Amino acid sequence: MYSQGLIGADNRTEETPEFLARFQKRIDAEEKIEPKDEMPEGYRRTLVRQIGQHAHSEIVGMLPEGNWITRAPSLRRKAALLAKVQDEGGHGLYLYSAAETLGVSREEMTEELLSGKAKYSSIFNYPTLSWADMGTIGWLVDGAAIMNQIPLCRCSFGPYARAMIRVCKEESFHQRQGYEIVMTLAQGTPEQKVMAQDSLNRWWWPSLMMFGPHDADSQHSDQSMAWKIKRFTNDELRQKFIDATVPQAEYLGLTIPDPDLTWNEEKGGYDHGPIDWDEFWRVVKGHGPMAKDRIKARKKAWDDGAWVREAALAHAEKRRARKIAAE
Amino acid sequence: MTATTPLWEVFIRPRNGLAHKHVGSLHAADEVMALQAARDVYTRRGEGNSIWVVPSAAITASDPDQTAENFEPTADKIYRHPTFYEIPDEVGHM
Repeated sequence: MYSQGLIGADNRTEETPEFLARFQKRIDAEEKIEPKDEMPEGYRRTLVRQIGQHAHSEIVGMLPEGNWITRAPSLRRKAALLAKVQDEGGHGLYLYSAAETLGVSREEMTEELLSGKAKYSSIFNYPTLSWADMGTIGWLVDGAAIMNQIPLCRCSFGPYARAMIRVCKEESFHQRQGYEIVMTLAQGTPEQKVMAQDSLNRWWWPSLMMFGPHDADSQHSDQSMAWKIKRFTNDELRQKFIDATVPQAEYLGLTIPDPDLTWNEEKGGYDHGPIDWDEFWRVVKGHGPMAKDRIKARKKAWDDGAWVREAALAHAEKRRARKIAAE
Repeated sequence: MTATTPLWEVFIRPRNGLAHKHVGSLHAADEVMALQAARDVYTRRGEGNSIWVVPSAAITASDPDQTAENFEPTADKIYRHPTFYEIPDEVGHM
C-alpha cells in the first residue's frame, strides 16, 4: 500500500549553502544516506513524514480487508486474504522501523495517527461493500502501490529503500491474488460479473487519486525529486499505472468507468478524463466515508492493547529482577 | 503513555553456511517476545532458519563523523592487494 506521501510536507531547511551543496553532491553521486549521516533538516522532516504516512497507510489498510476475512467465499480465499492482511501489518512495521532511525519514536507516530495529525492514504477511507472489492483492492490499489513503491526501492535514504525492497517482493502476491479474484468473478455468472464491474466503478477513480495531485499542483515534488526521495512525478506514475491497467481490464471484459479514456498514439499512452480533486481533498482531510471508523478502530485497538503492553513490560521487569537476584 | 517498549535489532541466517545478516528492527518487552515477533515479521516466506535479536541499545557503532579518518587510509595502501605485484605470465596463475 502507499501513502500520498508529501501532502503537507515541510521541506524548508536552513543549513549553509556549502553544507547543502556537499549533501546534494552525495545524492547526485547516488550515494545512499544512512541514519547517522549528516543531512539537512528538511530532508529528515520530509522522510519522517513520508515514511510515517506510508506506515500508517499499511496499518489502516488492514481494516478494509479485515472486514471480509470471516466472509471469504472459500478456505483458499480466506487463507490468502489472511496472509495478505498479515503482510500489510508487517509492511507497517518495516516502515515504522525505518522512520524510527530518523529519531522519531513509535509512540509519537502512533499518537499522531490517532489524533488525526498524521495522514494516511485517502484510499482507505472508502468502504469495502462487496467481496469483489477484495479483488479490486488487490488489483488496483496494490497495483498502484507497486507503481509507487518500485522507484522507492532506489530512494536515497538507505533504511527506506531497504524496507521497500522487502515490501515490493511481497506486494506482487497481493496484486496477483486480487486480479485472480476479479477474474473469477468476471468469468462467472452474470451477477458475479456485475459485482466485478460495480467494484471497478467505485475503485477506479480513488485509485488514480492515490498518486497525489497533478504535478503542477504538487508543491513539494521538486525538492523531493532533487533529493532523490522521489524518482518520478505523480503524473508520470499515474500514467504508467493507467497504461498497465487498461489492457488488464480489457482482458477481463470489464469497462474502465471513464468515458474520456482514449489511446493517444502520439504519446504512446492513454489520455484520461478529469479527476475530481474536490473529492480527493475532502477525503485526505478526513471527510471520507470511512475516516471516522478507521481512526476509531485504530484507537480501540491501541486502547484495548494498553494492558497487554503494560503486562509484557512488567513481566520482563520481573524476570530481569529474578535473574539479578539469582546471580 | 507509560514506559516505552525496547527496540531490538533482528539478524537472520538465510541457511546454514551463511552468516546472520541484519534485516531490520522491532519493539518487544523482552527477548522471548522479540524472537517471536521477529519470526512473525521477518520470516513469513522462508527467509531463514535462525534468528538473533540484540537490544539496539547494546550496539556500539563507529562515529560517522570519523568515517574518513577510519576508512580512507586503506584506499592508498594498494600494496595490500594481490594485483599490486607483477608476476610474469610464464609463471602461471598465482
